[in-house]
Amino acid sequence: MTTQDQYQWRRDKDGLGVWEHRGKVAVAGFGHSPVDRRWDGVSMDQTVGAYSILACQKAMEDAGVTPDQVDGIICCDSHIAGPSGGAASRWAPRPYFDPPYDSELGLTLVNGEWLAKQLNLPNVKFAPTGVPTIGEMVGMASQAVGDGRCNTCLVIYPCGNLEGRYRRGGENSEDYARGARQWTVPWGNHGGNDFINIFPHNQYCLKYGGKHDDLAPFVINQQRNGLMTPWGFNANHGIDQITVEDYVSSRYILNPLRIWDCDRPVNASTAYLFTTAERAQDLKQPPVYVLNHSQHNFRQRSTQADLEVIEDWTDHAAKRMYEGAGLGPSDVDIFNPYDGYSVMSQFFLEAFQWHGVKRGDALAFYAGDIRVEGPHPFSSSGGNLGNGRVRSAMYTDSIEQLRGTAGRRQVQVRAETALAAFTTPSNGGWIMLSKHPS
Amino acid sequence: MPKVIPVADELSKPFWDSVNQKQLVLQNCTACKKLQYPPQSACQVCGSAVSLEWKEVAGKGHIATYIVIEDGRLNRRMPDQPYNLALITLDEDPTVNFYSNLPGTPPYEVPVGAAVEATFEEVGPEQLIHEWRVIG
Repeated sequence: MTTQDQYQWRRDKDGLGVWEHRGKVAVAGFGHSPVDRRWDGVSMDQTVGAYSILACQKAMEDAGVTPDQVDGIICCDSHIAGPSGGAASRWAPRPYFDPPYDSELGLTLVNGEWLAKQLNLPNVKFAPTGVPTIGEMVGMASQAVGDGRCNTCLVIYPCGNLEGRYRRGGENSEDYARGARQWTVPWGNHGGNDFINIFPHNQYCLKYGGKHDDLAPFVINQQRNGLMTPWGFNANHGIDQITVEDYVSSRYILNPLRIWDCDRPVNASTAYLFTTAERAQDLKQPPVYVLNHSQHNFRQRSTQADLEVIEDWTDHAAKRMYEGAGLGPSDVDIFNPYDGYSVMSQFFLEAFQWHGVKRGDALAFYAGDIRVEGPHPFSSSGGNLGNGRVRSAMYTDSIEQLRGTAGRRQVQVRAETALAAFTTPSNGGWIMLSKHPS
Repeated sequence: MPKVIPVADELSKPFWDSVNQKQLVLQNCTACKKLQYPPQSACQVCGSAVSLEWKEVAGKGHIATYIVIEDGRLNRRMPDQPYNLALITLDEDPTVNFYSNLPGTPPYEVPVGAAVEATFEEVGPEQLIHEWRVIG
């Protein structure tokens, strides 16, 4: 075992040039568990552990790889929505067992070591601990395979959800605010991407014109794409497509942020299988090549990142990714940015200038034809707003679009490159995928 | 229901001690002449850890934007909902910003762009926090 800190795998600086393993690493398989709203605390075949095992088995089957061939496993030590859930995510009734039966591994917690044991992977030599969220894990896997640390690597993102209101409890139920929270919580900011992005979003509307509810076409289209995603939550739980009227009359959470601007926490797991491009050519599926991965962890200067800061950060992220991939905005066919809250996606869209969208253009772009059948199939995955808070839809859709297996979501425009991310403007990572190795 | 009470640590103690004296002091980097808030162990701009001093500021600012918390997650603030959460920029350095519930300003009636001044509010025994009030 190694910790991620011991391995310098990140591409998180400007000016790194084209990635040294460009086109030499590929995604060969993926697997999704069912996506439930919550774990009921009873059904042992529906725990986030059981679902992670299932997702891995599906990913190996999709690729045509047997357990003995897997020599790498990367899994964030996840409980409620991964490490980004933070201490506030410990809201669920726990522990489930009294000591000494106090381990929740396999119930609400999953890590690489536990999974390797459950899956009987006898040849794992790369299983880092303390790994970050999926936005960075896919980059870590790409680099590890490219560097030869492993040859066939499972990447697992478990995303659990238990009974109770979302992130009520834990630190959020306390009377005192410690550490970084002393600067935010006394005024009501309990932290999260909603707070990070809603202020700059308001400034965005003020600066460029437009109003919050101009996000409606984007949110509605995300749900539409989600309903065309066979494994997604919405497609399997009778979720009706919302209308503009539904959107503009929905309740506020952080006014102007509405309930439909927020993804729905779910209990699910997703797995991907990364390997060398050379090996991928002999596997079941057409390889989806990795052209670059990049990360960022920008430091905030004051209490809140404002619009100017957010635009600067996302510009840097786009520059890093394009430089490492050796591509530019016009080369990107599929664009699946993070959408956990609808108010952040425009920052990414404009920074990466996908389909020529520049600063201040996003709301007008959303009002155009962004359907998968149309000329600008933005976020063809449906993202988290359309599929539940799995944080993997962006990657799976990108793979499917490049394979040509996205079904009703298959775009009608060229689909040879795809850019996907789970990232906030400040922290996370991007990955560029391609149908061709160069 | 009162607000959540900040707990000072070694780094922030001088700040909160000043707030409890109804003074707003920020870190000031003598190397690059930049103010800094919240406090950090080193200057966020030039990286100097030895050039930081505490400097009292005038406590004048403007409202950059705001939201209204209608369904937040903090137990202690539930009875206050809906309440304003504004972003305040400091006049002496607009890259420095603060949160404020804008005491005296009803929810949804926030004058974006208006001038504000620092005020202090008791949130716990012998613990004040800095707040901002619309001027005029």
